[in-house]
Amino acid sequence: MFKCKTSPEVGGMGHSVKRKEDARFLHGKGNYVDDVKLPGQLMMVMVRSPYAYAKIKSINKEKALAIPGVLAVITGYDLKEFNLHWMPTLLSDTQMVLPTDTVMHQSQEVCAVIATDRYIAVDGAEAVEVDYEPMKALVDPYKALDDDAPLLRPDKEGQEDNQIYHWEKGDRAKTDDVIAKADVVVKERVYLPRIHVASIETCGCNASYDKDTKKLTVYLTTQAPHAIRTIVALVAGHVGLSEEKIRVIAPDIGGGFGGKVPVYPAYVVAIAATFLIGKPVKWIEDRSENLVNGFARDYHMDCELAATKDGKIQAFKVSTLADHGYTDSSANPSKFPTGMFSICTGSYDYEHAFAELDAVYTNKAPGGVAYRCSFRVTEAVHAIERMVDKLAAEIKMDPAEIRFKNFIKKEQFPYASPLGWNYDSGDYKQTLEKAMEMIGYDDYKKEQAEKRAQGKLMGIGICTFTEVVGAGPSKDFDILGIAMFDSAEIRVHPTGKALARFGTKSQGQGHETTYAQILAEELGIPYTDIEIDEGDTDTAPYGLGTYASRSTPTAGAAAAMAARKLKDKGRKIAAHLLEVSEEDIEWEVGKYFVKGAPEKSKTIQDVAFAAYTNIPPGMEPGFEATHYYDPPNLTFPNGAYICVVEVEEETGAIDVKRFVAIDDCGNVINPMIVEGQVHGGLTQGIAPAMYEGIVYDDEGNVLNGTLMDYLVPTAVESPHWETGHTITPSPHHPLGAKGVAESPTVGAPPAIANAIIDALYPLGIKHLDIPITPDKVWDAIQVAKAKA
Amino acid sequence: MGKHNVTMTINGESVTAEVDSRLLLVHFIRENLDLTGTHIGCDTSNCGACTIMLDGKSIKSCTYLTVRADGANITTIEGVAAEGTNSHLQQAFHDQHGLHCGFCTPGMIIRSMDLLKTNPNPTEEEIRWGISGNLCRCTGYNNIVKSVQQAATEMAKEKEASV
Repeated sequence: MFKCKTSPEVGGMGHSVKRKEDARFLHGKGNYVDDVKLPGQLMMVMVRSPYAYAKIKSINKEKALAIPGVLAVITGYDLKEFNLHWMPTLLSDTQMVLPTDTVMHQSQEVCAVIATDRYIAVDGAEAVEVDYEPMKALVDPYKALDDDAPLLRPDKEGQEDNQIYHWEKGDRAKTDDVIAKADVVVKERVYLPRIHVASIETCGCNASYDKDTKKLTVYLTTQAPHAIRTIVALVAGHVGLSEEKIRVIAPDIGGGFGGKVPVYPAYVVAIAATFLIGKPVKWIEDRSENLVNGFARDYHMDCELAATKDGKIQAFKVSTLADHGYTDSSANPSKFPTGMFSICTGSYDYEHAFAELDAVYTNKAPGGVAYRCSFRVTEAVHAIERMVDKLAAEIKMDPAEIRFKNFIKKEQFPYASPLGWNYDSGDYKQTLEKAMEMIGYDDYKKEQAEKRAQGKLMGIGICTFTEVVGAGPSKDFDILGIAMFDSAEIRVHPTGKALARFGTKSQGQGHETTYAQILAEELGIPYTDIEIDEGDTDTAPYGLGTYASRSTPTAGAAAAMAARKLKDKGRKIAAHLLEVSEEDIEWEVGKYFVKGAPEKSKTIQDVAFAAYTNIPPGMEPGFEATHYYDPPNLTFPNGAYICVVEVEEETGAIDVKRFVAIDDCGNVINPMIVEGQVHGGLTQGIAPAMYEGIVYDDEGNVLNGTLMDYLVPTAVESPHWETGHTITPSPHHPLGAKGVAESPTVGAPPAIANAIIDALYPLGIKHLDIPITPDKVWDAIQVAKAKA
Repeated sequence: MGKHNVTMTINGESVTAEVDSRLLLVHFIRENLDLTGTHIGCDTSNCGACTIMLDGKSIKSCTYLTVRADGANITTIEGVAAEGTNSHLQQAFHDQHGLHCGFCTPGMIIRSMDLLKTNPNPTEEEIRWGISGNLCRCTGYNNIVKSVQQAATEMAKEKEASV
């Protein structure tokens, strides 16, 4: 286990210190975007399309503009004058800011109403008259490439059908050959439904342009403020918005989960509105706008897994159809249209794999956000983990045994995966053994046999996943060309207290505590003496933000590296103060001392004071350091999750009896926070496994666009989670850490699905797609019984 | 638009204002009184981020008209404890890591106050049902349950000491 180097008072790595950021949240003093009220504040409300696909024949603003307090109605034609009616997406597609002639999905932004008050803005939106000519919507992605499908994007030059791209990785011929000759091949079409992050705070912005100073300030619900600043400068540079005059501030954020990475059209409209009007314009999304716009997942994966008859995996092939809606606005690194989907070979050692994907347009909301997952890892893990279980069932092998048989062994790391990743470290066997011991796997197997003998449905599901997180390295990863490094800047004040700033942005992850702990670990300054600041592009160093579990792998590493620069400078100062040569100075947490004479020492605080008051001759004064960290590789957190369920045959009701999650995220900064992140991710894992999924009808209407019918789990649906750890440090991260917050969202859905399908196995049910709801189970049971 | 005079007590202070008939209580609290600790997560009474205490009961202020609160005694998160101090629930949420992003926290704490008032010694299941009108997307609820349990224990100790 991890041994703490610092005292609890210093609070370095490994200490479960309480969070520094809690006080303001507990007392209602958090500062979220909607809490920011500026002098002359105006409000903006979007008019949205009731149709999934329609021509706009006319937009009549008159009645809206006649309402006292309505100041403007902004349409696509108004933006077209400034060439701002379209914007680029992160993956070289284009997205309408506001339409001029066609709407492409239900709830698409049609125009914006600006008013003096939010109620009047809503009145204005109601009064705008839009004349639509509805068209037959393309809803089923499997029909997108049919000859008679409407061409959804004739605006794109050279676009002759609805295919966005084809992607593939691996050796198709060799994989097909191994599959053709294998003893056993299991096949399944596995669907991961379209879901929404549904953070409790929706998206919003408050944009304010000063016509005299030419400065634009945007308070924004964003996980990546610097990237947004650069994007605004690139997209709106031609109207006179210059990057040094753009300030993006991400204040407190009420949950991000990837949903606050994209640039939403209303942000751009609000910026355009304040630019024209010169007064602050605020837009706050309502819940239905939030749920119906943007999405995650929506991958249809045709999987084939080949093995020997005794269960040794030989090859995996997956062909995916991805429904992107009307534009590809996936928030992925540029060179990775399918994100890190090629991690789909999983935690197992075999040679041959092939993955391909076709992405298509439909009349649905755009998105493809990396919902608490490092770009499509959730889809990849679900595919392989369902298939491994299906293989185990096919050859009547215990799902744990088949995993032990195929795991990449501890001594094989660093491990080159068949689809090109270089796994850094792991001890998969130990992690699964720990999970089995904690839950009492063997006892549950016995209980299951007894229950089955009584005709009762009980299931045990395992998922042993490998994640890939922490993008860069910058040679491979960029967002719109901007390399994916991250940054830390530390200023130690004369009294030995410090301020540190980062290019990332916490949305609840606890950065104000964990970054302070990293600095406490490195410098010996108590974590309580270190203020952490993020999210303001005018003050924070440039960074690519917080998503894809990248904060600890990148900015956390930057913090350690910057602190080490300070420590080097401090050594010179200490040598000067102690009147010895630098080589004679040794360091132990918090102080420098003379080799062989530990009583002769200077604390880090003494040294900080001297940096401003008693500088060695020739040395630059001050005690500050900055580091931009470009990771040499990604990190590969992993885990073993086991779930026990009972299913009621008469009703299809599913009862999750136990759920044990053992995570290995390398060295842990704050065990309390890591455990909290795992709990939260597990609930966001049970959500798509059993409850959530955006449902469309044949006309492209969303049928569950409110929290009344889109079931975000409450404390009642959420089981009592049991967690634990193994620790296999990352060999290349300066702290040996890996990142953790997304592992549970990735690992929980297949564990739960595997458990439910295991419960139903005696009835002959071999697969169900998530969300596995009671009605879906009940239907499957009726079909199975009818067959029997 | 009809206008109405309302008077109510908020966090111990009397407030009088002229408001539109349609003004929702959550907007009155957030925008007229600048008490922004009460949040809006859904506008439809589903998420509970707007929960406040009104005449001793927790209610969702996003679907409550301001005029209906005329004469009421209201406590928002800002009035739960004296400045610089924590109530038992606030302390427990801090100790047990019962919050991440903090957006649901004010509503969750107010709802839990009401729960512990009506059931000072709830079981885990009673706590889970008791807070099921309040959504949290970050914590997975385990530590919120533990927070409420800690507060219940501390409140019982305090009660015992005062007898």
